[in-house]
Amino acid sequence: MAGIDLDPATPELAPTGKKRKYINSGHGKRAALLIAPTVVVLAIVIGYPIVSAVVLSLKKDSGLDPSTGMFVQGGFAGVDNYVHWLFQRCTSADGQAGACPPGNLGAQFWQSTGITFFFAAVTVSLETAFGLWMAVIMNRSFVGRGLLRAAVLVPWAIPTAVTAKLWYFIFAYNGIANKLLHTHILWTGDEWPARFAIILADVWKTTPFMALLILAGLQMIPTDVYEAAKVDGASAWQRFTSITMPLVKPALMVAVLFRVLDALRMYDLPAILTGGGGGSGNATTTLSILVVDQIKQGFNSASALSTITFVLIFLVAFLLVKVTGASVVDNPDQPKKEALQ
Amino acid sequence: MATSKAAPLAGLAAMALLLTACSGSGGSSSGDSGPQSENLGERGPITYVQGKDNNNVVRPLVKKWNKAHPKEKVTFKEQSDNADQQHDDLVQHFQAKTDDYDVVDVDVIWTAEFAAKGWLQPLTGKMAIDTKPLMPATVKTGEYNDTQYAAPQTSDGALLFYRKDLVKQAPKTWDDMMADCKIAKKKNMGCYAGQYAKYEGLTVNVSEAINTAGGSIVGKDGKTPTLNTPEAKKGLQRLVTAYKDGNIPKQAITYQEEQGRQAFEAGKLMFLRNWPYVYSLAKTDGSSKVKNKFGIAPIPGEDGPGAGTLGGHNAAISVYSKHKATAHDFVKFLESEETQKFFVTQGSLAPVRTDLYDNKELNKKLPYLSTLKTSILNAVPRPVSPFYPAITKAVQDNAYSAIKGEKSVSKALKNMQAAIKSAGSGS
Repeated sequence: MAGIDLDPATPELAPTGKKRKYINSGHGKRAALLIAPTVVVLAIVIGYPIVSAVVLSLKKDSGLDPSTGMFVQGGFAGVDNYVHWLFQRCTSADGQAGACPPGNLGAQFWQSTGITFFFAAVTVSLETAFGLWMAVIMNRSFVGRGLLRAAVLVPWAIPTAVTAKLWYFIFAYNGIANKLLHTHILWTGDEWPARFAIILADVWKTTPFMALLILAGLQMIPTDVYEAAKVDGASAWQRFTSITMPLVKPALMVAVLFRVLDALRMYDLPAILTGGGGGSGNATTTLSILVVDQIKQGFNSASALSTITFVLIFLVAFLLVKVTGASVVDNPDQPKKEALQ
Repeated sequence: MATSKAAPLAGLAAMALLLTACSGSGGSSSGDSGPQSENLGERGPITYVQGKDNNNVVRPLVKKWNKAHPKEKVTFKEQSDNADQQHDDLVQHFQAKTDDYDVVDVDVIWTAEFAAKGWLQPLTGKMAIDTKPLMPATVKTGEYNDTQYAAPQTSDGALLFYRKDLVKQAPKTWDDMMADCKIAKKKNMGCYAGQYAKYEGLTVNVSEAINTAGGSIVGKDGKTPTLNTPEAKKGLQRLVTAYKDGNIPKQAITYQEEQGRQAFEAGKLMFLRNWPYVYSLAKTDGSSKVKNKFGIAPIPGEDGPGAGTLGGHNAAISVYSKHKATAHDFVKFLESEETQKFFVTQGSLAPVRTDLYDNKELNKKLPYLSTLKTSILNAVPRPVSPFYPAITKAVQDNAYSAIKGEKSVSKALKNMQAAIKSAGSGS
């Protein structure tokens, strides 16, 4: 099938079944040869790290040999590292197992998972709403549209670390936020102010990205559809709900998927803005921050944690694609056909 | 030249680490043989590694050394100014077992970890250094398992900066200081602050409070927590009460060193616990409102100076070094009286040699020296443990909750005790 699709001249070149088969298998080989480098590169840069992370996560962290005081390799651990995170089980130095005490990274897993998903849900919802609004405005024709489109991109163009530092100064106790609002809020020290600060900074930074992706979707919609609707007497709201929304949905869903995956991996913004702190100390610690903290304490449990994080994000992506039908992996022609029907 | 070559190499090494994900936490029990007994007598060019040379003290020193030792030149590899990045850079090079780092500058809290991984050359036998002229507390920071692994290079001790225009004399005890706070309240300014944001500085301040009250975080073995004592409770309770009463201002929960210094220089704080570097800045900064209005004292304790926490850096020799004899000479050069004098006059880095603190000429230039001596003589090192990251995390998390009033002092200490106990058990 692939051979025929790839080469429309095949029927003429292959009058007999025998010859056709020969050419087809040749094409198959060539196709395999052509994609082989990509497959090899993907296997090295994606497959190998994932597999080795899983293998590492099954080993124990190195421990101290009490007689020499030197580190020794820990040996095979089975699923101990996973139990440690998922069930928050800790073993103390004298071998007793029990719930991880507060102040141990293991005690933070579910809290961090909750915070990560909370940030992802809130920021992506806000970004989708604002992004759609901005895209609809930018889609109209008015004087200075080009300038506006370029200006909107500025927050997205600034590196996240710089953005985070910027908001750090804004939200410092003696910073501009407290001055303008005449408040004395500990933006980076208290639980909800710290979370609010991160959400605000993230929405400010990534809404333009959302807006541009949606704008691209909007521009695919032919203007005569709107004209026809107008002739039929549809109101502006009806035109938005019955034409714009269904037709922009494929692009919107791809944008949402991208942002959700990004938000679930969020590290730099909370790490710089609040240091993962706030509340009783960990109110803005996302899973990625937890992984980095754990690497300093033990490489193999960190591998287990990053594997869990990877699986979580993978599941979310899978569900999004299945449930909402975000068509990043489907036939790229589909939205066009829908639009034309 | 060698540095520019080393940078891409370091990148490659990092990538190789990622790809092969080699041995994880690395370091096997290499025993007594192996790299520790190799190259002890070898001489040749070496590389000295340190974080950003902010005060420009290392370059002139290296220049001086190179002039005197043309056949054993030292190349200075400067790392970033971020402590975590310095740590990770050292770890990557040690894990790769490369010989491109010979003498490394190690933060006092990393010494035990690196020593236990078998990366530092024990300073025993041929490699021994003369520790007699050095301050005992600083020598201790280089010890692990009763073996000297690193030589103290620069030290740092806590000082109390106070407004001498507002209080007649510096408070000797914590209770005196709290009593003075009513003056600050009348003036509508903050009374006392240290570093209470959730980072390493909090561990420093909490261990100071606990040590001052006569308690300790871990026992002599460096791993058994000793927080279930009335002394430890008294120490942490002091910070908690002061924060609750407003003697420590609310915003201090976000303070690191710099925010506290800025508040003090702006005249918004009466007492500040900080490191000696504040002295010259508060005296000379254009924006400083307290230029001639502040004094320095040891931090207040029970009935005399409190037990400060020791900061500072050590110099250690990599076991993978090819020219250990030269490296040893260079470490001795860093310890020498002349070098130590240069450190303190050029970069206000606290010397590790006891006699320099009594040097008249130096005291004239740096009036805080004798106070600093008291501070360092009374100082207690932070827990010397290869699992330090887990210990400091346990202290930070629980003390932070307690100071914010979200957890009782006894519960915080109980959790701290349990979390330190579970530290280093693998998982």
